[in-house]
Amino acid sequence: MNFLIGLLSIVFFALSIAVISKSMKLNKKLSGEDEDEFALDSANNVNAIGMMLFWLFGTIGGVWSFLHSKPDFLPVAASEHGLKTDSMFWSSMAVVTFAFFISNTLLFYFAFKYRHNKNRKATFYPVNHKLELIWTVIPAIVMAILVFTGWRTWRDITSQAPSNAAVIELTGHQFGWYVRYAGADDSQLGHVNYKLIDETNNLGIDFTDKNSFDDFTATELHLPKGQPVLLKIRAQDVLHSVYLPFHRVKMDAVPGMPTKFWFTPNISTDEMRAKLGKPDFNFKLNCTEVCGRGHFGMSITVFVDEPADYKKWVAEQKPFLATNPSYLDKVPANLKAKASKYIPAEPIAADSTEAVSVK
Amino acid sequence: MSTALSTSEEIHTHDHDHDHDHEHHELGFIRTYIFSEDHKTIAKQYLISGILWAFIGGSLSIIFRLQLGFPGMTLEWLKPILGTWIDESGKLDKEFYLALVTMHGTIMVFFVLTAGLSGTFSNFLIPLQIGARDMASGFINMLSYWFFFISSVVMFSSLFIETGPASGGWVIYPPLSALPQAMPGSGLGMTMWLISMTFFIVSSLMGGINYICTVINLRTRGMSFTKMPLTIWSFFFTAVLGLLSFPVLLSAALLLIFDRSFGTSFYLSEIYIQGQALPNVGGSPILYQHLFWFLGHPEVYIVLLPALGMTSEIIATNSRKPIFGYRAMIGSMMGITVLAFIVWAHHMFVTGMNPFLGSVFMFLTLIIAVPSAVKAFNYITTLWRGNIVFTPAMLFSIGLVSMFISGGVTGIILGNSALDINLHDTYFVVAHFHLVMGAASFFGLMAGVYHWFPKMFGRMMNKTLGYVHFWFTFVGVYLVFFPMHYIGIAGFPRRYYTFTALGNDGMAAFADMNSYISIAAIITFTAQAFFAFNFFYSIFKGKKAPQNPWNSNTLEWTTPINPQHGNWEGDIPAVYRWPYDYSKPGAAADFIPQNVPFSATPESNLPEENEEIAKEKAIEGLLGAQNESYNR
Repeated sequence: MNFLIGLLSIVFFALSIAVISKSMKLNKKLSGEDEDEFALDSANNVNAIGMMLFWLFGTIGGVWSFLHSKPDFLPVAASEHGLKTDSMFWSSMAVVTFAFFISNTLLFYFAFKYRHNKNRKATFYPVNHKLELIWTVIPAIVMAILVFTGWRTWRDITSQAPSNAAVIELTGHQFGWYVRYAGADDSQLGHVNYKLIDETNNLGIDFTDKNSFDDFTATELHLPKGQPVLLKIRAQDVLHSVYLPFHRVKMDAVPGMPTKFWFTPNISTDEMRAKLGKPDFNFKLNCTEVCGRGHFGMSITVFVDEPADYKKWVAEQKPFLATNPSYLDKVPANLKAKASKYIPAEPIAADSTEAVSVK
Repeated sequence: MSTALSTSEEIHTHDHDHDHDHEHHELGFIRTYIFSEDHKTIAKQYLISGILWAFIGGSLSIIFRLQLGFPGMTLEWLKPILGTWIDESGKLDKEFYLALVTMHGTIMVFFVLTAGLSGTFSNFLIPLQIGARDMASGFINMLSYWFFFISSVVMFSSLFIETGPASGGWVIYPPLSALPQAMPGSGLGMTMWLISMTFFIVSSLMGGINYICTVINLRTRGMSFTKMPLTIWSFFFTAVLGLLSFPVLLSAALLLIFDRSFGTSFYLSEIYIQGQALPNVGGSPILYQHLFWFLGHPEVYIVLLPALGMTSEIIATNSRKPIFGYRAMIGSMMGITVLAFIVWAHHMFVTGMNPFLGSVFMFLTLIIAVPSAVKAFNYITTLWRGNIVFTPAMLFSIGLVSMFISGGVTGIILGNSALDINLHDTYFVVAHFHLVMGAASFFGLMAGVYHWFPKMFGRMMNKTLGYVHFWFTFVGVYLVFFPMHYIGIAGFPRRYYTFTALGNDGMAAFADMNSYISIAAIITFTAQAFFAFNFFYSIFKGKKAPQNPWNSNTLEWTTPINPQHGNWEGDIPAVYRWPYDYSKPGAAADFIPQNVPFSATPESNLPEENEEIAKEKAIEGLLGAQNESYNR
């Protein structure tokens, strides 16, 4: 791998040394002579040759470095829309790489070919409307095609989430993510209010909303394979950004303004592990909006489960209210009965408030 | 301003023995070199400030590249400079890493590529190339520099305070930048950043107003808009962009100052931080982003257009050919200027902005690729069948075109909102804007310095050192930024202290490439010493410059080699033709300066140009009025 550093440094140095030595020679040759203003010296030719060498080594280096890096790019997209954006990315890249290669080639080739020669005069060629029209219209058409396909994909990605989508809330804070699920009984997340945040209820779940009774929190993100997932994204303190690199998902988390992103994961963690031959592979969620000291470490693990496994996992999770029964106090009297269903029977039986509400 | 004037009948076009028979009232040292109202001195002040800033901004990037390239390395040896920013374990402090990234961006974008580039060359070239004695207001011009100086001092001081400089990224998105409890850099450092930028904006507005007034009002006789060099067109558009967009940044900054210091809630809503729920409700961080990018995007063109303008001039001169498609070049710059104002939200596709808005901005953004493509093709066609002289300035200009293409094409990818989802805030973006805006503008700056150094200091820079500097920089910039595309495609987010949290051996896969980028960056940065030495040495010891070292057509080369206050000793020359009559068929020399009338060149006139001869009398007739306007 050091070979990588070695090779490119050599290219880098070889070019510079070639230029320096040529220029030195030239300086010696010139000393004592009158320097022509347009010194049609070998330096001009050396620079011209340098352009072609740069083009040659640049092309080789570009192709080689691409092939070298390719295995380490993000693997196949693990979401349905990701497959579309990936194929659009690579086809757009092909178009722009073509334009990049052709125009850079012409640039360096012309620089080399038309280097100064005192026996030649440049062609006075100030304008050609036809040519200009051509290279205005062609990029415009190519852009129009790219825009149109991009727009259709964007429209689909940002459309309303299907009604059967699993609703999951992600809340960014310095420095981590809280994950909350809508619960096993309803698919509705309860309200949150930032003024209700305390040490235990670190999301500020509002227990006057009956939808919050079955909500549960998690430290990892579990997603069902093949089912639409709607991420409801919040932030508590500063901007954060949800980035699921393997699913090609990104959306900022904004304090005071909930955002959302829906997608369909289509490869389970196990399948991805098998596909990549990496038994310890895990999907990740990272933060991509600078948020302070711990920005770079703000990551949680993402599991994509087969639908049955996902159901099982959801069923195993205990609602927040079940693990923190003291929050029953916050439930208004008329909903206490409904909320009490989530409270495990034995340890709470002694609780006086509960006793009162039952009577 | 009128002191250096005389109405001597003789036009000293190629005569540079200064017979000081004009009434020269000598200004003292302070008025000549410090509080000078002469546009040339102010330009040099901007240039030297810009170069110093470039070295500061560059060295900051080297420090964080050390962290990124060699995450295991102990930086204990930097302790004498960085003090407690190196923690006990010999590692760079994580917050200081963000401060470095932030200050690198701020310094490079505003202090080097806006002030250092536009400030230098708009000031220097506008009066010289349009044939004016000085700027419309020398005094405001002086104020403009000194406001920039105050701004620089404040920003520079913020590097040394205990809580560190601003650290929330150069875009200083609130709430991070608004809440001192969110990170130490959002305390005093952020306050100083805002104060400094306020001065900076005032400075650039004063500069911009001056550039616009000067271009509109002070063109010499015969210098119609369609005879102006493309440099002047680009400075003009740049000034318009700055004048219309910088005030918006000022208002964004002002609202941020209110939120920080006076308890308002423009950008803050429902925040719970450090165990405390803040009372602010109803604000929107997205509002700040809209305001910021309303400047932020035109800012890209504020740094790029002057570079493109100077490149047009340098490529035409050194190809010994007219620039191809002069009017198309003006048209595309005009198109870019207008479109620059309506593409800002492409920086915000995934901020939670309404997706419909995203679609609109994607359409508008990809339209701007068309005039940019036209410019690139026109540069390439200008080289075609030229007779190219590779001066260091020409090399840097060709380098600029290459960077502009290479960085520009990935803009087509990033401007596509669907593709931006995955690439936003990754190294792909870093690669894109460093090539298209950072490197391209930097190359424009360097090209400008090498090309107009003889006019600035009356001496030549060493060519050989220039070549060496170019090749190191050109190869180096590509080696640094090209591989960043790969790192971005691999999903590496920017502004990460280290990549451990990516998991799945992602960090290890690119460890070598990151080391290699850092090495290339260090070498490229070190190679700038060739330039620094060449620049400062040549100011004092360079070979004396001839009258017109590049055989160029524009008016600045008709001034004395060391132009004094007022620029021309006699009358300002009149202009009869466009600035690109290079290698005109029939002409003996391969260039015909702008001040040569068509009546003097019957052998090379095109049919429509013969008709222009009739207008020459009218142009000459304006001499009296022009002189009078200066003596008023």
